[in-house]
Amino acid sequence: MSDGAVQAVPTTADVVHHHQPPQGFIRKYVFSLDHKVIGKQYYALALVAVFTGMVLSWLMRIHLVWPNWPIPGLGLLSKAGAPGGVMTPEYYLSLLTMHGTLMVFFVLTNAPFAAFGNYFLPIQIGAEDMAFPRFNMMSFWTTFLAFCILIAAFFVGDGPPIAGWTSYAPLSAVGADAGPGQGFGQTLWGLSIFVFCIASLLGSLNFIATTLDLRTKGMTLSRMPICTWAWFITSCIALLAFAVLLPACLLLILDRVAGTSFFIPAGLVISDRLQPHSGGSPLLWQHLFWFFGHPEVYIAILPAMGIVSHILINSMRRPLLSHRVIIYCMMGIGFLSYMVWGHHMFVSGMNPFSSLMFSFPTLVITIPATIMTLIWLGSLYGSRLRITAASLFALGFVSMFVSGGVSGFFLAQPSIDIYLHATYFVVGHFHMVMGVAAIFGVFAGTYFWFPKMTGHMMNESLGKLHFWLTFIGTYCIFMPFHYLGLAGNVRRYSAFVDDFLVPLIPVHRFITIAALCTGAAQLIFLYNLIHSRFRGAPAPDNPWECTSLEWIMPSPPPFDNFGGKHVVVYHDPYQYGVKSSTGDYLMQNSPEQVEA
Amino acid sequence: MATTIQPPETESKEPRLDDGNSGGGGLRNLGPTDGNLKVLDDFSPEPSRTGVWVGLAAITMSFAALTSALIVRQSTANDWHHLTIPSIVFFNTVVLLASSVALEIARRRIAEFARGKNPNRTTPLVWLTVTLLLGFVFVAGQYVAWRQLRAEGLYLASNPNSSFFYVLTAIHALHVLGGLAGLIRVTYILRRPVLSLRRSTMDATSYYWHFMGILWVYVLLVIWIKL
Repeated sequence: MSDGAVQAVPTTADVVHHHQPPQGFIRKYVFSLDHKVIGKQYYALALVAVFTGMVLSWLMRIHLVWPNWPIPGLGLLSKAGAPGGVMTPEYYLSLLTMHGTLMVFFVLTNAPFAAFGNYFLPIQIGAEDMAFPRFNMMSFWTTFLAFCILIAAFFVGDGPPIAGWTSYAPLSAVGADAGPGQGFGQTLWGLSIFVFCIASLLGSLNFIATTLDLRTKGMTLSRMPICTWAWFITSCIALLAFAVLLPACLLLILDRVAGTSFFIPAGLVISDRLQPHSGGSPLLWQHLFWFFGHPEVYIAILPAMGIVSHILINSMRRPLLSHRVIIYCMMGIGFLSYMVWGHHMFVSGMNPFSSLMFSFPTLVITIPATIMTLIWLGSLYGSRLRITAASLFALGFVSMFVSGGVSGFFLAQPSIDIYLHATYFVVGHFHMVMGVAAIFGVFAGTYFWFPKMTGHMMNESLGKLHFWLTFIGTYCIFMPFHYLGLAGNVRRYSAFVDDFLVPLIPVHRFITIAALCTGAAQLIFLYNLIHSRFRGAPAPDNPWECTSLEWIMPSPPPFDNFGGKHVVVYHDPYQYGVKSSTGDYLMQNSPEQVEA
Repeated sequence: MATTIQPPETESKEPRLDDGNSGGGGLRNLGPTDGNLKVLDDFSPEPSRTGVWVGLAAITMSFAALTSALIVRQSTANDWHHLTIPSIVFFNTVVLLASSVALEIARRRIAEFARGKNPNRTTPLVWLTVTLLLGFVFVAGQYVAWRQLRAEGLYLASNPNSSFFYVLTAIHALHVLGGLAGLIRVTYILRRPVLSLRRSTMDATSYYWHFMGILWVYVLLVIWIKL
């Protein structure tokens, strides 16, 4: 067969389906069944949540270093929590709880997984929509309901809960005696997460069924792009993880409102009141929560890994050293993620042998993560990388993942963790490896897919500026956290008045200034996003010369994705560096046969 | 340069479309079945069939979590008071298992009907109705069991045993109500003049219903042995 010969074979199979796009605003944009609209809705919700969460972190950072400075407007949000704009220590904890909950559930779960997954998973496998479009719509609106319930906690009685995003019992279970916000606010928290679990289960079910059943002709499992694999594996993790958090939240709510004693021990005296409970186990909550909580870390990071791999391959113009090993590593991480939850509980009172049993898989899980990193770096070595905002953020992801991951080796060992556990070291660790790394994945995905999603190009110069400010700023914020932790700086304190903490205040001041600047740099992103949406240069169908199926359709894609036809797939996902009629790449649906 | 490139999988003369058992084409989710009986014979995996297994995996996981919570709670408890299970739950068990049998008969009759072997549509409808009735009897029976426990002075918060009894049985009953909704939908579709019931819908509903029976036997064993 000669080079570049085009055969007379169909690129799309016979017309199989035709249906009308929905008419009317409500059906089209609000209660839409279209996975693309739902993906954008998830993205918008995550955007609102991330800016809310970021403002909360600003308020906390400002309070930490200028504790007596009245923050304008804060007094209006909560008269009791921040009289005259100066927040009480309890209100600091409220903000901390809401920041963590918003970021973990409504940003890190929603943006890389639900938003991009919804938009691109069906397209990348050549499907017309998700397997269950109605479930899909329900899952978004249920998530939205969960978001509203959580935000409502700001405006009820004594404000949002103070138990942290992990809501450790018995503090979270006993009710108003445990402090301001632990009344109705904490109940709302439990309800919100309960509802969120239902939404995530519906979403995961949809992702799994779609990937297994709706792949188009020729789209075998091995021909799925890495990000499709990542979303699929993530949905398997999420299905089992949220199925555990759901009953856990139910039991927590029952302890709070129905007087049961699942998590509350006997003889507990809080606020000088003997709690009317008996025999419950506070550790039980931690076990149930972290059995969800640790896989949740991978629910946030795996989609980002997939997105970043996809973008790096495209920018390098050659495949990764191994496509399969990356996928096996992601599966390995998914599997191991269920065996390590106890490492969050080393200081909670655990049998030392159990600690060892959890420490070992925690160290083992670094192996697939390391292999993936080495594959990225090895593939990058000697490649002529196209520097775009997307590829910069993908590189930034690798950097954050490594920098944040290395501290995980220390924390995985119980003896070291006992010292570091309740310090800023852990805060620095998880913000880098889970929080910021996943956010970098989302930024990379946004710069990469924005042209497809909106039909407009984003401004590359602003994107690169945004990258450098964010990249440097992030290191300025989170690297000193590790130093603070090693110096013994305890987490969750709202003021540093102890003798050993006072000398660390200048470091905190530096972090606060860095956080304010880095946060402000995100306004560049927001401006770029909104401005490009309306004024950006029109996007061609395939601006990045990428090979996967989303790039064969117009930007933005039509309502029915492939015009009611079935795409036929002939190739592995990453045919780069070949000589074809289109250039150095070959689309997955191209029937062209080429030699390397 | 060439050394880093994986050769495209296009060695065969014809471009390969199907590779093994996957990627066979997403025809299955498309279009309503407009009364064509042939689609009922389609054995290719349909999303609803995969979806129901995935959903059952999640339900299994939730009940596994509740069971482990029960075991942990029992191990730390000094307030564990064994409770006598209301005898009506054994009657309920028989009812639920009988409903599974009735549904299986209905499912096979529908399959025969769809293959054109048996033009009688009434028989499966009768069996479906029997399934539905038995399902409602089960839920009503569970309600009676709760009433009996209340009459003994055992409420949700009385002790951990009664808490777990109410939680496990109530969550199971909620899932059974979901199954009943599915069965009502299937019955409704089957009653239409033009038959548009997909085989996968029928199968998914019946898998779910049978699983409710198995799950109930499991829950019964747990509350019998542990509580």
